[in-house]
Amino acid sequence: MSTLAPSPPSTPRPPSAPPAARWARVWSGRRRWPLVGIAGAAIAAALVLLPLAFLIVEAQRSGWGEVQRLLLRHSVAVLLWNTVRLALACTLLCAVLGVAAAWCVERTTLPARRLWAVALVLPLGVPDFVIGFGWVSIDPALHGYLAAVMIMTLALYPLVYLPVASALANLDAGLEEAARSLGMGPWRTFWKVTLRQIRPAVLGGCLLVTLALLAEYGAFEIVQYQTFTVAIFTEFKLGFDTVAACVLSLVLVALSIAALAGELTLTGRGRSGRPAGPGARRVAPRVALGRLAAPVLAGLGALSGLALGVPIGSLAYWMARGSSTTLPSASILGAAAHTAAYSAAAAALATVLAVPVSALAMRHRNRVTVLIERLAYLPMALPGLVIALGLVSFSVRYAFSLYQSALELIVAYAILFLPLAVVGVRSAMGQSSARLEEVGRSLGARPSAVWRRVTLPLIAPGLGAAFALVFISAATELTATLLLHPTGVNTLATQFWAYTSELSYGAAAPYAALMVAISAVPAYLLSRRMSTLANAERAA
Amino acid sequence: MSRGKPSILGALAPCVALALSACGSSAHGTTITLYNGQHEQTTAALVSAFEKQTGIHVEVRTGDEAELGNQILQEGSSSPADVFYTENTPVLEALREHGLLAPVASATLAAVPSRYDSAQGDWVGVSARVSALVYNTSQVKPAELPSSILELAEPRWKGRVGFAPSETDFQPLITAIVKLDGLATAERWLKGLQANGKAYPDNETVVAQVNNGESAVGPINHYYWFRLRAELGAGATHSALHYYAPESPGDLVNVSGAAVLRSSSHRAAAQRFLAFLVSRTGQETIAHGNSYEYPLRPGVPPAPGLRPFAQLAPAPLTPAELGDGSQALALEQKLGLL
Repeated sequence: MSTLAPSPPSTPRPPSAPPAARWARVWSGRRRWPLVGIAGAAIAAALVLLPLAFLIVEAQRSGWGEVQRLLLRHSVAVLLWNTVRLALACTLLCAVLGVAAAWCVERTTLPARRLWAVALVLPLGVPDFVIGFGWVSIDPALHGYLAAVMIMTLALYPLVYLPVASALANLDAGLEEAARSLGMGPWRTFWKVTLRQIRPAVLGGCLLVTLALLAEYGAFEIVQYQTFTVAIFTEFKLGFDTVAACVLSLVLVALSIAALAGELTLTGRGRSGRPAGPGARRVAPRVALGRLAAPVLAGLGALSGLALGVPIGSLAYWMARGSSTTLPSASILGAAAHTAAYSAAAAALATVLAVPVSALAMRHRNRVTVLIERLAYLPMALPGLVIALGLVSFSVRYAFSLYQSALELIVAYAILFLPLAVVGVRSAMGQSSARLEEVGRSLGARPSAVWRRVTLPLIAPGLGAAFALVFISAATELTATLLLHPTGVNTLATQFWAYTSELSYGAAAPYAALMVAISAVPAYLLSRRMSTLANAERAA
Repeated sequence: MSRGKPSILGALAPCVALALSACGSSAHGTTITLYNGQHEQTTAALVSAFEKQTGIHVEVRTGDEAELGNQILQEGSSSPADVFYTENTPVLEALREHGLLAPVASATLAAVPSRYDSAQGDWVGVSARVSALVYNTSQVKPAELPSSILELAEPRWKGRVGFAPSETDFQPLITAIVKLDGLATAERWLKGLQANGKAYPDNETVVAQVNNGESAVGPINHYYWFRLRAELGAGATHSALHYYAPESPGDLVNVSGAAVLRSSSHRAAAQRFLAFLVSRTGQETIAHGNSYEYPLRPGVPPAPGLRPFAQLAPAPLTPAELGDGSQALALEQKLGLL
């Protein structure tokens, strides 16, 4: 029934197999996993452990008295509470908005679906600074908890929307039809059947939102809402105290372990209800919106208007009003090319690494594979500065020839955004039936052929979502970029930052606009792919 | 279903090739690497003038000065940087304390008044900014303006002050009050400011919010206001700049400095860059740029519109006395401002 629980072997397990034999069976025979997969997961784990090792090595230099001074402060308690209540509210709101929007786009006869599919993802491609600045220019008095909740929800809901949309596009309607034919109403069917099937995508997206909020810094500054990262950055930027900053960062690691354990419990409890039966999945017919079309359009319009319209409006205002506005030089094209190249390479690398991580955790579930999968999420909860400094520390000692090379920057992005890729791949793996792979193998296909001809096509939409999420996030990344980019190379984010830090908003605006435009490319390709896929299957 | 895959992979290959090709660029002759925490455009003008004069090529990596400082701390003796040029001196002091800076050539140090150099001679002062008060011209009458920054803690400013407690420019103000009026006064002042004001993330926001009328006054460095006015134009500027009374604790000079890294393998060329920064040509480049900073070399006038440097009578504190700001930081943390 479940693809999440360890797939039970068809014959009862011998009760007293010694551990070595059990391992041998896990990794061999019918269930053998290609060496490539194990190697890939090991590389991913090693990359993720790099910044974590840096944190631990630095933090353990601190004495107990220092730890007490750092952690037992009133302001630390306030910052922690601010972080937790923000993460809870935003995660909940992102879940509701992300699922509702994804359902409307993927499962209804919504007009201009492809346009919505792109517009709903794009807020992810807007730099935090532009979002914050846009809101504060509309209402300078905007500040505090509610402002932070609103701004961050509008910025992060695509992290739920995108995995859920790809899960819905990939959904087998067979179960829903069965439920309806047995007399279940549409709402109950959605709640009991549809939601269960897309549960790994929803929970995965929520996990990403929570972890992203733990590490978030830039966007809150402008609405004067302080979270735990403020304490970390104070030690780095004003105290130049790496040890103290790393001790404080371990608190974020502890918080994210709690979130990861919570999500694991929740996904484990609800089983993705993929039917075990053979055969092709059925594509669901779209729900006719009828009279509801107008309110749904209005709702999506409001969401996009707030999440995308406000920052883009503020960019347009900068370009029109700022006296530093000049026609951007030819160097903007070079910056755009670098941004696109680095982001695409990072997205490809993160997606490739995410496949063995998710596949092992889904198809060969044991403590090691689950631990690797959980580890892969940790970078999301750490400030980019910590990860970048960890890479600096490692590469100057052990890989100096790679230091500040394009390759190192790409690897840094891949580490930072691996969690986004894992969620995309994992939810697709959860939906595709392991039984189909077994059928393939029982028909005599070699594992590599089964992988290429059965598994890969089944998880393709998830791979696309993973690629798009990483690409868009890498395109706007700033901190690691500033520390690790090859000398003499500019990206859109570094140039945007250089201009805004001189208050030259007019000159900065085209760079941000181009970041959004570049982010639209993978979002568009993904939506086109998802709709051709669905149409082809509907026609079949 | 596999039709879509090759197109993505096909699109990727040239991207990766392009990205990888970008890492192998290097110039002939001597090349030095500059970690630049100063404003990019001013530095770019300085670098191109230096390259023209000396034939030494400069690779510039611009970033946030504090992040670059942390990066150098991690790089230690392997740092690729030859020169570090910063907006403020606390980060240079922190690197000096870690023994990462080389002594600056004495002729370079002598080009600017010695009070603006490192006491140990490990970094040289290049340009300066003066702390001042920006005020909204429709909310504050000139007669109301405080003569000392200490007055901002008085009840009459309740709800009217905007300030940036996490800015690197803010700790020197606290340190100055501690040095001139004692720790107790500094703590009382911070508490008053906390009660009266709104904390903003940075000086850019302070000056913009005072100009918007969201706050009535805000302590900043003079150049933020000049840059805002240059960006918005006089018509959209609803604020003005006020200087505190001479030698009061708020009347501070913040210095931007430069240093040669001890790990540099091109120390001679790096020293020439420092010498150029404080040379007449270098200082005039700073004065003519859009940074609105004061050149520190005597006899080089600042940008038009700025109050002449000689007319300023800042509090008698040197950047070295203002130190790395750790005392101010501890006080801010104690009061929950950070």
